[in-house]
Amino acid sequence: MKAAISLLTGFIFAIGLGISGMTQPHIVKGFLDIFGQWDPRLMGVMIGAILVHGIAYRIILKRKSPVLDTRFHIPVESSIDKRLIFGAVIFGLGWGWAGICPGPGIVAMTSGRPEFLYFILSMLVGMKVFQLLEARIFKPS
Amino acid sequence: MQSIFGGALIGIAVSIMLLFNGRVTGISGIVGGILNPNALDRNWRIFFILGLFLGGLSLKYLAPSSMILESLATPNDYILAGLLVGFGTIMGNGCTSGHGVCGISRFSKRSIISTLTFILSGIVSVQLFKLLRGGL
Repeated sequence: MKAAISLLTGFIFAIGLGISGMTQPHIVKGFLDIFGQWDPRLMGVMIGAILVHGIAYRIILKRKSPVLDTRFHIPVESSIDKRLIFGAVIFGLGWGWAGICPGPGIVAMTSGRPEFLYFILSMLVGMKVFQLLEARIFKPS
Repeated sequence: MQSIFGGALIGIAVSIMLLFNGRVTGISGIVGGILNPNALDRNWRIFFILGLFLGGLSLKYLAPSSMILESLATPNDYILAGLLVGFGTIMGNGCTSGHGVCGISRFSKRSIISTLTFILSGIVSVQLFKLLRGGL
């Protein structure tokens, strides 16, 4: 059942990304190009998503637990540290460079364009590299 | 505007995930969890990615214009960008979905700082790209 919910969620998420233009790198880059011809569409997506989820989140969290699980898995970490900031800086550099972030990249892979495949494969490598590095830093043998 | 409607769909999707599975829909975190050999909860993650694929395949037919790729970026640019995005999102614990949508909706201070930071660094990156390539 959880798998079915995940499948449905992924499907709706992808449709939302597609119709809002987020699977097209030039629209994402256009939003970040504030000194050029600014494209407001990414801001529209954020507003739509945060309005809906901002309200729904508060209603859902009135429940003791989610429908299919014993507890909510919500991040409790609250410190602003170097790891958070440097991670965001590095992510932003890559995001602006190609105009793709993880979700739209995965969805756009279905277009068959090899560019998205290059992006996702190297993204997986980047993720794995950090995970291995992290294991070394935080769990010395 | 169509982008606000698309955003609302994304808001509905992440709300369904929270209501039923109790999970935050952060895509980099979901993918990172699949890559982690110690993860015990791969199943829902894999089905979420499968849902993204199915959505993408439907878009190809429902809204073919959503799959247009217009950019001066070369294959090497996509590889470089992918490496940075992968490394940075796992280091910073989230991307546009986890921090930008889910975190900001919770008013999480970490997510607000993260989102402002990656937007700023994205702006710098686009300017750098334009300077080197003469366009987007």
